[in-house]
Amino acid sequence: MSEAQKSAREIFLTFTRIGASGFGGVNFWIRRVLVQEKRWITDREYLEGLALGQILPGPNVYNLTVMLGYRFGGVRGALAAAGGLLGAPLAMLLVLGVLYQHYSALPVLQRALAGMIAVAAGLLLANALSLAAALPRRVRPWGFLVLAFAGVGVMRWPLLYVMGVLAPFAMASVWRR
Amino acid sequence: MQLFWHFLLLGCVAVGGVSTVMPDMYRYVVDENAMVSARQFSDLYALAQAAPGPNALWVTLLGLQAQGWLGALATTLGILVPATAFSLLASTLHARHADAPLALAVRRGLAPVALGFMLASGWLLLRSIGHDWRGYLIALVALVLAMGTRLNPLWLLAAGAAAGMAGLI
Repeated sequence: MSEAQKSAREIFLTFTRIGASGFGGVNFWIRRVLVQEKRWITDREYLEGLALGQILPGPNVYNLTVMLGYRFGGVRGALAAAGGLLGAPLAMLLVLGVLYQHYSALPVLQRALAGMIAVAAGLLLANALSLAAALPRRVRPWGFLVLAFAGVGVMRWPLLYVMGVLAPFAMASVWRR
Repeated sequence: MQLFWHFLLLGCVAVGGVSTVMPDMYRYVVDENAMVSARQFSDLYALAQAAPGPNALWVTLLGLQAQGWLGALATTLGILVPATAFSLLASTLHARHADAPLALAVRRGLAPVALGFMLASGWLLLRSIGHDWRGYLIALVALVLAMGTRLNPLWLLAAGAAAGMAGLI
């Protein structure tokens, strides 16, 4: 691994490339560019960063990006990485948003979007299920999963309340010294 | 401003990604404040999946639709400010290893809760296109392909759009 600091400009440009290439998943590109091409981090560091990113609130790849940016160039590096990652996608999304406001009433677009919603739902559920497959085969974790789904998905209670009640018990149930 | 504070709160608890707090975004912008319709909410989510970058940026589209440019700024910053702050905090604490007791408790303990929320998000998307067996079928096919193959999700979204345009849903 190389601990050498990078310039904010270099960090920004690298993450701009990652963000703009990240069709269908940024993770793949972070690994490809930072681990395989530039060798800024090792595969192991990538996986550790990802694990850490998953327990912080917010988009996992974004958290990983901020942490990597900080490591390469301090707070300036973190902001450069975040700005690079988000710049191009945000510009494109805003264009999509404006187009949507103008054309969403078109019947053909409505039908295309209905198909995309069904696929997006399938993708989201696939992601959740493959993560759920890694849960221990015990009653408690699955009990918490069902309660969380029922509270928010079926009863439609505010998520903060459901989380506030479940989180302490869920964390206590796995606490080890 | 209300929108910003609500998303900021959600941003602070979005452990496991933004799709875990999606049901509460729905409750706030659709059910309680009628800023966007149920269908628009799902449209924007699906649309954002076809764009590059972190999927979570769909909150920008949601904010734009709800309250214009200021809304886009409110939802985006609401999610990104806590994420940035926590990530910087983790960096400065040199928390390189995700196996400290608290980190383990968060990861193992909250995982099932976050997954329950994510399943609720998927359920919410399905509901918004009406209880139509063809919608369920397309979602099921996408789910099986996503879990069983390494196809780029972009192809699946394009196929979904084509199926929709062909009147299959």
